[in-house]
Amino acid sequence: MEAYKTYDYDVIVIGAGGAGLRAAIEAHGQGVKVALVCKSLLGKAHTVMAEGGMAAAMGNVWKEDNWQVHFRDTMRGGKLLNNWRMAELHAKESPERVLELEEWGALFDRTKDGLISQRDFGGHRYARLAHVGDRTGLELIRTLQQRVVALGIDVYMECNLQRLIKDGDRVAGAVGYWRATGELVAFKCKAIILSTGGVGKAWKFTSNSWECTGDGISLALDAGAEAIDLECIQFHPTGMVWPPSVRGILVTEGVRGDGGTLKNAEGARFMFNYIPEFFKSETADNEKEADGWYDDKKSNRRTPDLLPRDEVARAINSEVKAGRGSPHGGVFLDIASRRPADYIRKRLPSMYHQFKELAGVDITKEAMEVGPTCHYLNGGLRVEADSTATKVAGLFAAGEVAGGLHGANRLGGNSLSDLVVFGRRAGLYAAEYVRSLKSAGALDGGQVETAIRTLLAPFDSKGRENPYAIHADLQECMQTLVGIIRTEGELRKALEEIAVLRQRLARAKVEGGRAFNPAWHLALDLHSMLTVSEATTLGALERKESRGGHTRDDYPFADDRYGAVNMVIKRKDGALTVTQEPIPPLREDLKALLKETK
Amino acid sequence: MPPSDVTMRVWRGDAKGGAFKDFQVPAAEGMVVLDVIHTLQATQAPDLACRWNCKAGKCGSCSAEINGKPRLMCMTRMDTFQPGETVTVSPIKTFPLVRDLVTDVSYNYEKAREIPSFTPGPKEADGTRRMWQEDVERSQEFRKCIECFLCQDVCHVIRDHPENKKQFAGPRFLMRIAELEMHPLDVNDRLELARAKAGLGFCNITKCCTEVCPEHIHITDNAIIPLKERVVTESYDPIVWLARKLTGKS
Repeated sequence: MEAYKTYDYDVIVIGAGGAGLRAAIEAHGQGVKVALVCKSLLGKAHTVMAEGGMAAAMGNVWKEDNWQVHFRDTMRGGKLLNNWRMAELHAKESPERVLELEEWGALFDRTKDGLISQRDFGGHRYARLAHVGDRTGLELIRTLQQRVVALGIDVYMECNLQRLIKDGDRVAGAVGYWRATGELVAFKCKAIILSTGGVGKAWKFTSNSWECTGDGISLALDAGAEAIDLECIQFHPTGMVWPPSVRGILVTEGVRGDGGTLKNAEGARFMFNYIPEFFKSETADNEKEADGWYDDKKSNRRTPDLLPRDEVARAINSEVKAGRGSPHGGVFLDIASRRPADYIRKRLPSMYHQFKELAGVDITKEAMEVGPTCHYLNGGLRVEADSTATKVAGLFAAGEVAGGLHGANRLGGNSLSDLVVFGRRAGLYAAEYVRSLKSAGALDGGQVETAIRTLLAPFDSKGRENPYAIHADLQECMQTLVGIIRTEGELRKALEEIAVLRQRLARAKVEGGRAFNPAWHLALDLHSMLTVSEATTLGALERKESRGGHTRDDYPFADDRYGAVNMVIKRKDGALTVTQEPIPPLREDLKALLKETK
Repeated sequence: MPPSDVTMRVWRGDAKGGAFKDFQVPAAEGMVVLDVIHTLQATQAPDLACRWNCKAGKCGSCSAEINGKPRLMCMTRMDTFQPGETVTVSPIKTFPLVRDLVTDVSYNYEKAREIPSFTPGPKEADGTRRMWQEDVERSQEFRKCIECFLCQDVCHVIRDHPENKKQFAGPRFLMRIAELEMHPLDVNDRLELARAKAGLGFCNITKCCTEVCPEHIHITDNAIIPLKERVVTESYDPIVWLARKLTGKS
């Protein structure tokens, strides 16, 4: 067995997007010894791609806004599958977390009164998203990154942790490799915070970066934790569709928030034909009211262009299926004819840039072509609402990797606020857990060596499978069989295909050396992608209804029986299993908030 | 060679040595250099090392030199080259090579650590932080930076003289100092740092950094020149400075 270096910390945070950075800052502030470990360079995590803004009921633009309305919007957007306590904490704490970013140097766009400006977004009753043009994620990650640097927190970049090590029932460390050299490394610790993001890279058309391979969910399931509602995958309604090489790249919801509208090939604003009963009372049913809503929210209802993302994605899917799509299989998103060119360039600079350079389209002059793209994992690891603790002692999770807050469908803007609200809580409670321990666990050398053997296996393989080919086939499988619209037959077929892909992965062969070898990295990431893909498919089979980011062609309506349960995934004797477990009943005072309409 | 192929010459090797290698890949509409690299990895060179994340010009990971010009691979369309032209992709030159297209950019993270952090002054009487849009816009321009480090790569102060790295922070971090200096809330003073430790005087305003910035930030005009002016005002006797300026004597 080759030598490996071991680092010793109280808490390690895996993943340096918004949640991981915020968690590390908090744990550090609590006085425990913390390391932040990330797969990419610092500042490159997927958070950087978030565009529109972070939702917080600050009331800077609409003084009527408050946490109660934000709570209600979040719960309704999530089709009431949410963990209500998380939704409550999130709505209450977001404003404070936004203001804290300002104390650390963030420069949000301003209102006329010099306060933080807030923009309209889908499913939010009031203009609520603090933003910086359409690059809010960059502002968030840079601010937190600079704070981490200022505090002198230890950061280990391009270090990919691939296995967790336990001591009895609790976590004791993690094992992985340095991407640059391929050398192996172990971290011994008392607590681990997972902030590894989602799993979008398992789909073919995705807005996600190479990092989004479901690592945290796979690590936690292997360690004995549970995940919930993984079948609820968010397909963002507006991704680029042309040219082929950019298919899936995100087009911010801010385009619609700032006045853009969806049109089909006939030029019709088709969203008026797709207003579900659930949102009828709060959605405009004619163009005049919809357009009036941007400036006057009291006498007008919200435009259907800004229905929650699941509704809009399904509507676009239906229009394209009915033959009313754009030339390249999407629909049109038009802001050019509705807002002045200067306004568009000012509010949406990176969209302007992105379309101009990648598609040769001037969005101030012509409509964009857009279609759904895999964007976000609504479900995730099952955590305790207040503490973000998983079922495994010492293992915490925050951000996209955790489930509950968003229910079956996340509202735009609720992700960035999720990262900082629950990132902070993860850091706080992980530190508290560390302080409560009487002794540190032991890092079992045998477990580390087993982990190392599995990490190096692709180099010694007798097989000839190409990891890139396995990945492409997985993406094809998930895109066609576990996509926006699902059926039992296709889901069963997906399970069979995933099982075959797993056998192929066991025969994957990696050529070349250990230093910065992307084929090796992919072969290892495929383990997590396959695990989460299987778990998603199992949940999708079990949830025999349509709700949020999960639509069954064979069960096209929401079913109250399923609305009352989480699909809980865990490992049992090595195999993934799914069980239905009831969602805790809503607290009485919160119940009343949901009843209020308009 | 069928016209639907593109030829790409890619650097293969590590610090010990290497060579350019030619590859041919089928062309696809709208493809960018990074697509070609990904196709190579999937079909011909599985261990070809490159960094990338967002593939949308937002993370600044896939910096390289394409036909000698520092660029993001994800934002460089193949149809901007002549049909049949061989497109050469090499790692950014200013930083030590790790392997293939990946370099060791830790210099940048070290320089970032040397800049004293953002330090806000007291809040308004009502407990808020009021700032005006026109005031935040100056620093906002610099905060568009995606840290691709192409400006650092192209800057001849360190590109041609690695020995300067110790005393020169590079355009990215001079701009970071300017950003903090112009931040409406910040009360820290970094001018002496800019002059002495960050090596502001090394910059002779050739604007190469501005030219390669994929975010089109006016690094030289809006960050470095105003910073130089502030340092001059601060560091030297203003009357002597004015006299020099008026007489043209240095």
